[in-house]
Amino acid sequence: MTEAGSQPMKIAGMSGRAIAVVLIVLALAAALPLILSNYQTGLATEMLIFGMLAMSIDILAGFAGRTSLGHGAIFGVSGYVVIYASAQAGLPPALAFGLGMAAATAVAIVFALLAVRTSGVYFLLLTLALGMIVWGICLRWTEVTGGENGMRGDVRPVSLVAHRAFYWAVLAVTALVSYAMWRFVRSPFGLTLLGIRDSESRMKSLGYNVPLHLFVGFAVSGFFAGIAGALYAMYNNFVSPSTVALAQSVEGVLMMIAGGVGTLFGGFVGAAAIITLENVVSAYTERWQTVLGLTFILLMICAPEGIIGMLRTILARSEGGKARYKGN
Amino acid sequence: MDRRQFLKNSTAAVAAAGTMAAPWRRARAQTGPIKVGLLAPLTGVVASGGKEMVEGVQFYLDSVNYQIAGRKVELVIEDDASNPDTALQKARRLVEQGNCHMLIGDLLANTGLAVANYVKGNGTPYFIPIIAADDLTQRQRIKNVIRVAGYSASAFTHPFGDWALKQGYKKIATISQDYTFGHEQCGGLSQVFTEGGGEIIQQFWHPLNTADFSPYLGQLADLKVDAIFAMETGADATRLIQQYASFGLKGKIPLLGAMNTTDQSVIRTLGEECEGIIAAAHFAEGSDNPVTQKFTKDYEAKYGKIPSLYGFSMYSGMMWVAEALEKMGGKVEDRDAFIDTVLKTELTGSPLGKTVKLDAYGNPIYDVQIRKVVKRADGKYWNVPIASYPDVSQFWKYDPETYMKQPPYSRTFQGIKKA
Repeated sequence: MTEAGSQPMKIAGMSGRAIAVVLIVLALAAALPLILSNYQTGLATEMLIFGMLAMSIDILAGFAGRTSLGHGAIFGVSGYVVIYASAQAGLPPALAFGLGMAAATAVAIVFALLAVRTSGVYFLLLTLALGMIVWGICLRWTEVTGGENGMRGDVRPVSLVAHRAFYWAVLAVTALVSYAMWRFVRSPFGLTLLGIRDSESRMKSLGYNVPLHLFVGFAVSGFFAGIAGALYAMYNNFVSPSTVALAQSVEGVLMMIAGGVGTLFGGFVGAAAIITLENVVSAYTERWQTVLGLTFILLMICAPEGIIGMLRTILARSEGGKARYKGN
Repeated sequence: MDRRQFLKNSTAAVAAAGTMAAPWRRARAQTGPIKVGLLAPLTGVVASGGKEMVEGVQFYLDSVNYQIAGRKVELVIEDDASNPDTALQKARRLVEQGNCHMLIGDLLANTGLAVANYVKGNGTPYFIPIIAADDLTQRQRIKNVIRVAGYSASAFTHPFGDWALKQGYKKIATISQDYTFGHEQCGGLSQVFTEGGGEIIQQFWHPLNTADFSPYLGQLADLKVDAIFAMETGADATRLIQQYASFGLKGKIPLLGAMNTTDQSVIRTLGEECEGIIAAAHFAEGSDNPVTQKFTKDYEAKYGKIPSLYGFSMYSGMMWVAEALEKMGGKVEDRDAFIDTVLKTELTGSPLGKTVKLDAYGNPIYDVQIRKVVKRADGKYWNVPIASYPDVSQFWKYDPETYMKQPPYSRTFQGIKKA
């Protein structure tokens, strides 16, 4: 994990080759809806959104060494606020979107204040508990959240109602957000997070304010999860307690692990893999969750470093370690 | 011919071929199968109910050999996992990928509401024989979401409140799962009961999946009420009924239930502790109506169990759609005509043994049976009607417009008239 995380650090900005790769991937992604059906375009949209969520979790898990089980709640709060602001309060979609992100960041700040002084399993449990509180509020505060039934509303602006248009909009946001996250984890500040992951005590003795750095890292990660959550609310036009539930957090973490912890872009691979599995397998058997579980166990045994991590290892081996992985 | 010119010509040729082929394709589509997308929770908290929903639909389609109006019926089943997000995703798949002509099913209100919001945008007919959320046929009606063979949550507890008054009950306490389905059923009872001079002493709301009811039962025992109304589904219903008996309350304070509390899906696993509980519903498997008796017997012969609300409702719902399609020659592609026909269709073959029709808001009008759990000759328990309220509207005796001006039933609004 350490090696995988530190490798990209050796590339200062984006090299020419990396830019070319990014452009090709973006062009391919943008062309997808032209060959996919509406339903598949919808799934692709969902993959991008969950990819973003997984990446935001990876900022903490892969780079600061803190795995959060509360990100589903942050993600969902943004969704709740977006739907409430546009459907109940009648605000324009753009403003609702902004409020959603702000709310998610605010929740992340509260989580961060409470959780930054812990690490390991305590961090896991604390974020889990905080997430459950949010879930409980969404479930019981019926007058505002609609309780178990959730809230509905047409929140997409008219120009984004069509599947393709919405996909492209999400793709554009995803590209921007991914770039921002990538720059964030490579910035000098991002490096301090890596330092904290590797040795908290050393960072302390070097004079860094470790809790403050973790706090900022958490808030930024929550901000990105909030963007994903706002998009998800717009995608579904619906939000319910299941969106803020523990299962949502766990799914995000699973996607991140499946893609590869500390690989950042692995989030997309993990999201794509899990969403595809969910939808393909469930067409054949009602025991699709069993298949999903078994696949995950196999993945953890055969490729504990995740899909991207495994590809990296294979690449490094076949090219004798000469070729450096250039990111996505 | 240069390349550009070639492209132009060939595109035109392909387009022309496409146009010519189009009428043929349309003609073929008319005779292709009718595709029915069935959403049911096959995994998750209500999975057992979901399996019976599938049985109900298959039971009907088997009986007509998967043929409606001369067209073959293709049934596509998807698992909504008792989760609204999954339900949405699967609904999208059935409509956009599977090209289903209609959707039917879902059990939990939140899954149904999520799918209803989705079909509102694209016009796909969606039938909800199980989803009972009041507002889907009241304040937030969606034209293409139709409650064929279903019921709205408070529709049966309104007459039940009236019946309780007639028994001379003055004070009732309610205990219910804390979610909309519970709020609505308790609300219906509370409103009619208190407006008729009764008093709701206290209402207990507990979270879904409550393992231990003793804190509630202890308080209920001390309230000195004439009856207790329990709104429970699934495992909660089983546990409440068992613990009610082991607390020694059975036989002391009469236990009234929502129809789901004494549904076959609950009482088929119970013994004498469920005997004597009274509930209000449209369907009573122990009815002496010959049509109902035949349905129950055939279902039992095929699946080895007395039909529950889920099997019965989905069976009737599928039949309703089929009867409508027969009337219009199977032209399911003509959505507007299809929806109108379903709304106008009066279900003649219902296992209830009586023609059922929809009111102006798309909710069925039923004879509501007050039913009691009794032991059958073979030792199994079932619900037998003891009184009946004919032609009950979802608005009870209120004027629909006035009724819909009051807020929907919730934990904070139970329609209770202050004495």
